[in-house]
Amino acid sequence: MSARPIATTRSAAGMPTGRLAVWWVIASEIVIFGGLLGSYVMFRLGHDAFADQAAHTNTWIGAFNTFVLLTSSLFAVLGHKAADAGDGRRAARMLYLTAAGGMIFLTAKAFEWTTEIQHGFTISAHTFWSFYYTAAGLHALHVVAGIVIMLIVAAQARKNLELQRVELIGLYWHFVDVVWIFLFPLLYIAK
Amino acid sequence: MLERLLPVASTSAGDIDFVFSLIFWLVGFWLLVAELVFFWLIVRYRRRDGQRAQYITGELKSEKRWITIPHLLVLACDVFIIFFAVRVWYDVKQALPTAPEQQTVRIVAQQWAWTFFHPGPDGQLDTPDDIVKVNELHVEVDKLYHFQLTAKDVLHSFSVPVFRLKQDAIPGRVIVGWFEPTKTGEFDIQCTEICGIGHGLMPARIHIETPEQHASWMAEHGEISVAAVTGR
Amino acid sequence: MAESIPVAPSPARAHDHEHPAEPGFIRKYLLSTDHKVIGLQYMFTGMAMALLGGFLAYVFRMQLAFPGIDVPLFGVVSPNEYNSLITNHGAIMIFWVAMPVLIAAFGNYLIPLMIGADDMAFPRLNRLSYQLFLVSALVLLASFFVEGGAFGGAWTMYPPLSASSEFNQTPLGTTLFICAVALEFVAFLMGGINFVTTTMNSRAPGMRMYDIPMVVWMIVLASILFMASVGPLVAGAVMLLFDHTLGTAFFDPQRGGDPILWQHLFWFFGHPEVYVVLLPAVGIVAEIITVFARKKLFAYKTVLYTAFGTGVLSFTVWAHHQFIAGIDPRMANVFTITTLLISVPIAEMMFVYIATLYGGSIQLATPMLWALAFIAEFLIGGVTGIFLGASGSDIYLHDTYFVLAHFHYTFFPIAIIGSFAAISYWYPKMFGRMLNETLGKIHFWGTVIPFNTIFIPLFVLGAAGEHRRIWDFAQFPELASEPLRNLDKVATVSLVIMLAFQAVFLFNFFWSLRRGQKAGKNPWHANTLEWTTESPPPHGNWKQMPTVYRGPYEYSVPGRDADFWPQNEPA
Repeated sequence: MSARPIATTRSAAGMPTGRLAVWWVIASEIVIFGGLLGSYVMFRLGHDAFADQAAHTNTWIGAFNTFVLLTSSLFAVLGHKAADAGDGRRAARMLYLTAAGGMIFLTAKAFEWTTEIQHGFTISAHTFWSFYYTAAGLHALHVVAGIVIMLIVAAQARKNLELQRVELIGLYWHFVDVVWIFLFPLLYIAK
Repeated sequence: MLERLLPVASTSAGDIDFVFSLIFWLVGFWLLVAELVFFWLIVRYRRRDGQRAQYITGELKSEKRWITIPHLLVLACDVFIIFFAVRVWYDVKQALPTAPEQQTVRIVAQQWAWTFFHPGPDGQLDTPDDIVKVNELHVEVDKLYHFQLTAKDVLHSFSVPVFRLKQDAIPGRVIVGWFEPTKTGEFDIQCTEICGIGHGLMPARIHIETPEQHASWMAEHGEISVAAVTGR
Repeated sequence: MAESIPVAPSPARAHDHEHPAEPGFIRKYLLSTDHKVIGLQYMFTGMAMALLGGFLAYVFRMQLAFPGIDVPLFGVVSPNEYNSLITNHGAIMIFWVAMPVLIAAFGNYLIPLMIGADDMAFPRLNRLSYQLFLVSALVLLASFFVEGGAFGGAWTMYPPLSASSEFNQTPLGTTLFICAVALEFVAFLMGGINFVTTTMNSRAPGMRMYDIPMVVWMIVLASILFMASVGPLVAGAVMLLFDHTLGTAFFDPQRGGDPILWQHLFWFFGHPEVYVVLLPAVGIVAEIITVFARKKLFAYKTVLYTAFGTGVLSFTVWAHHQFIAGIDPRMANVFTITTLLISVPIAEMMFVYIATLYGGSIQLATPMLWALAFIAEFLIGGVTGIFLGASGSDIYLHDTYFVLAHFHYTFFPIAIIGSFAAISYWYPKMFGRMLNETLGKIHFWGTVIPFNTIFIPLFVLGAAGEHRRIWDFAQFPELASEPLRNLDKVATVSLVIMLAFQAVFLFNFFWSLRRGQKAGKNPWHANTLEWTTESPPPHGNWKQMPTVYRGPYEYSVPGRDADFWPQNEPA
């Protein structure tokens, strides 16, 4: 790894630069998801037909996925704790478990979407489904990105390098989790 | 001011012109003052040899006064303008004076033409004797009209400059508004929302007619459209 | 948690010792992570796009003044080409000129230098941001060469026109346009995160909040505004893209969608965007007028508060773009009030600048001329906005040339005058040599005078009812009258003159690179930190990192011999 510039190592605001930046990333992501979900809620309130469509979503898979994501977040926290203690190997193990949670989530989602598309609920079937696939799809993209970054961070952490990154990817993962906590009731439960 | 540039042909056109003139003189005056002060300062404080600039922080109350007083004046002018703007807006867009059914026209915009539905001799829309005209709207002077505005494909905007009237047309939605012509003649109707390749080629004309002219137009075209519907 | 960051044992300079060999062209320019190189890359890309945007304006202005003419260097302009030209002129000038030059170029170049850091906090993120921006520009350019031509539905991309190729007849052009805009947003989100983080965390020891130069504050505030407003439009762009390519119906009224939703998403971003580009420009002007009037900035904190106030208020005014779009007419009253209120902080900011001149020792060098022109012209742009923010008069003026003239009177001072001010002021620092003053002044007057003669006629045309985005006014008898057509010709001829004078600038720029007078460290006797290092600054910016002892505008302090007092000079 190349040497960091002095700029990266300063912390005039009293917070490590990496953590500060991740918070700003999360802030800008909140606005993106906020715009999408805000639009969805406006539609939902204006159109009763949305509820009929929403009845066809599979709440059980949604609930299972919520459980999986929350559990994986727990591993992210344990990973952070291990990294704080300087135990890179354990932190890496925890991150692998977190990533595994993300993969289970994606697998369940793949089954769910396949079934729905086979039943004719495609992205252009109704505006509800357009929102359903767009919002959940955007979220799934974040899950994929999170898994990839997590595996890279874990590979470094195994060698006790860049341990502060374990916390950063954890922060991001919690955010992805929280987005799902919003999506689940909005897309699945409200019927 | 605007009446020098184009005719005033509806009851609300004068009100809108008034708001324009009010803002013009009020804001124009303060703009002039600000620019004069600005240029005076540049000339007055040009660099001279041996003269140093003053050290003014602008944090003292006595200095800040030079900012706060003009800024309160801006606020006062704003309140004044808001009052008149909202009043005119209310009259033109929010309030809907009643109009009898024979004085209702339907306007349908599409790529790239206007279709105007005039109630025929029976005074009702959606009957066989409706007079349907492309790019030609006929109304009678000094009568209050309602319009029902909609679009077939994309957004358009119905604009009659001599009325100072403008309203977007939205597919799937019917927007009702009103106007009352005060001057006879033939004037432009524009589409003011970009609507594709032919946006610039979507002109229409409004014909504002005296009661006699309008009656004879109605008689002539009413018969034709009835004949067209009832068949050969 | 600070201890969990491994402190770099060797700063960037030591890193250079490990590779003493001069890096190759690709390493040095294409893959450089140096904030100065990236800043200049943004600047040159922006300047190239500005030339393209200006050329597009020239083509469609020629068509307007002389309908049907075989435009030199282009040919006859067809209606769909005309629409593509105006659409891309708007998009290019805002997204690929104003933003990259004002925020990205000067943000990248100046922030580390002005806060006393050796680079951005995340140099590689910075490089990625530029590369993504470059890709977005290339995607946009590609849209001109695909089947059906470039998108022509205006830079506002209102659906349903933009949502179906059945309506816009540019299937690929529209897709590429939406993708280009979305990519550009992502690039600037990355850049913005970097600017904000760097300024918050990487300031030199001793630099408190109120010691930060105004231009840095303004770029950071602009980045935050951008971040807070662009999100919904990023989501909207994805929705529009799906409507256009996958057949969803987010904005299709025939299938239960809502076209007005797009307008809300667009203008919720679109109006703050005006302030996103305005704030860096007023920051630049603050730096320049203080230096060339040898004055302390009048009421530093007030300027900051007005910028905060404008930023917050700018989120509450967006629907004044939609007064007649079919929103609930009662809403218009609310937005009229908020819109007129936003004139208060902006006017106050201009008053502060005017007050700064009082008691000064004003030297009318080229950068100062640009900065003063910004104030004089922007005032006109500001007050003409009141006609449009007041719902009553907007019924008539909406979508006329009056609107167009108004926003060019704001955007031209911001993007063009502001950029020229900044380039002429920081050129000595960027390239180590001075620009030629005489050529600079010829270019200044050759740009500012024609600018006014372009847009003052357009105010009149707009007030006479000339509506926007029309290929040829021959169809409209009232607009086809001789006096109005002549005003259009005045505007076009002025534009051609103004574009011709840009050759003076380009000549001056490239000639001075080699032949200009050597600048030295601090040719303007300015206080801020960038003037305490070599010109151009070396990799890593300083041999000895600076420490800050005072605010940036301590000019003409009583009791000192020199009329300036650099921020890093111990008391």
